[in-house]
Amino acid sequence: MTARAPAIEVRDLRHSYGDLAVLKGVDLEVPRGRIVALLGSNGAGKTTLVRILSTLLRADAGVATVDGHDVAASPAEVRAAISLTGQLSAVDDILTGRENLVLVARLRRVPGPGGVADALLARFGLAEAGARRVGTYSGGMRRRLDIAMSLVGEPSVVFLDEPTTGLDPEARREAWAAVRALADGGTTVLLTTQTLDEAERLADRIAILHEGRIIVDGTLDELRALIPAPTVEYVERQPTLEEVFLAVVGGKDRS
Amino acid sequence: MTAIADTRILTGRSLRHISRSPDTIITTALMPVAFLLLFVYVLGGAIETGTGSYVTYLLPGILVITIASSVSYTAFRLFLDLQSGIFERFHSMPVSRPSVLWAHVVTSLVATFVSLAAVVAVALVMGFRSSAGLGAWLGVIGILALLTLALTWLAVIPGLTATSADGASAFAYPLILLPFVSSAFVPTESMPGPVRWFAEHQPVTAIVDSVRALLAGGSVGSDLWIALAWCVGMLAVAYAFAMAAYRRRVA
Ligand SMILES: Nc1ncnc2c1ncn2[C@@H]1O[C@H](COP(=O)(O)OP(=O)(O)OP(=O)(O)O)[C@@H](O)[C@H]1O
Ligand SMILES: [Mg+2]
Repeated sequence: MTARAPAIEVRDLRHSYGDLAVLKGVDLEVPRGRIVALLGSNGAGKTTLVRILSTLLRADAGVATVDGHDVAASPAEVRAAISLTGQLSAVDDILTGRENLVLVARLRRVPGPGGVADALLARFGLAEAGARRVGTYSGGMRRRLDIAMSLVGEPSVVFLDEPTTGLDPEARREAWAAVRALADGGTTVLLTTQTLDEAERLADRIAILHEGRIIVDGTLDELRALIPAPTVEYVERQPTLEEVFLAVVGGKDRS
Repeated sequence: MTAIADTRILTGRSLRHISRSPDTIITTALMPVAFLLLFVYVLGGAIETGTGSYVTYLLPGILVITIASSVSYTAFRLFLDLQSGIFERFHSMPVSRPSVLWAHVVTSLVATFVSLAAVVAVALVMGFRSSAGLGAWLGVIGILALLTLALTWLAVIPGLTATSADGASAFAYPLILLPFVSSAFVPTESMPGPVRWFAEHQPVTAIVDSVRALLAGGSVGSDLWIALAWCVGMLAVAYAFAMAAYRRRVA
């Protein structure tokens, strides 16, 4: 593991479910300590890519390394370096919020699991609810707990698959603040999102997955430069990421 | 070792599930107790076993039914964990993967023995008596533990492969019915030819006869070796298939 290696490096990654080719040669590089947003329409394969990177699924071909470790050859090392917040909340309904966090902390052998749990509960506005069973939580509270569980033990790479889906605006801002704080602390974040606004505000880099490949990868400004000039003149403002997204995705469709 | 520590932590989690919904233990014990009452107080008068107390004759078979009904909850709990996505969280963490399954297996053993103790307590109230010494009781516990382990690994297979919660627990029905075609309720001598042949050669008869002999304080003989062979054989086969299903299920 070299300190200079990118946090995530994906080369010509391919995956099919039976006859359905979902990833057809994905290339992606995520520098350390950055937030990268992965955009794509429903069914583009974002979750599939995240599952491969978090060792839950094996790719058919190609190479993916996380924190310098090959996901296929050294999954144990990868798991020690990452954490995943999946698209569907993976929390234990029968345990309390605090017990969920303590469980993850004990499994990660984090010293002082109780203190770690209390700190995360406070940070995610769950201190009051911490002693209640998760089965009684609202959707947004579950999601916040889910994200909090991914931060236990300070993994160096965090995958967030649509982390703010179902959160109210305030909770979304809290989640964004938490993600930004992670990146400031040197953690690498790969998040998928449907909300272009989220990518625009949060991400250092944006990658668009379309028809099995990353068709665009760059900073917001680099992406804006892709938009044909007339639009910029006509509306007399910066194009939104939504316009960029629709332009590049639509453009590919026509070609 | 980290795998053992992981298993211990995850077992604590599933035991907490059970202690928070003790209804699964109660419903596990409910059907065997109902059979016990039905057979002793309704049908028992008409059944000729050639021994003294019918409760005492019946109990070993009822214990086998208790185990079968208990492991069906193991399949159910496993299925729910897979559905909820919590397994995927564990699998994306630095957690020994077999530990995730072993935790369910250990939990199954504990839950089953709590149910077994409840059933034995009811049987004692109904007049069950045993002259077995400590060694014989340990033998009974050993056989039942081995059977529970074998049936639990068998339950892991539908738990991992079922597509619905009902499907996950339905596999136990044939297991619950098997004791009816064995020496559990009536001596096999009373059965017609082919049925009798089946009853005398299926595992429940060997297991029930061994447990019955041990509880009666008598000598067990070859039944014990046949019972142990069945249990170990089922355990080995079920474990192999369960592990194969687990590997197919997780990358
Ligand atoms: N286990 C599976 N078996 C078969 N097909 C699958 C499986 N998982 C996903 N797919 C298919 O693969 C494609 C990509 O799915 P994936 O979940 O990766 O997309 P996504 O970009 O995350 O979509 P969304 O934005 O809706 O979450 C979809 O067409 C989906 O139907
Ligand atoms: Mg998805």
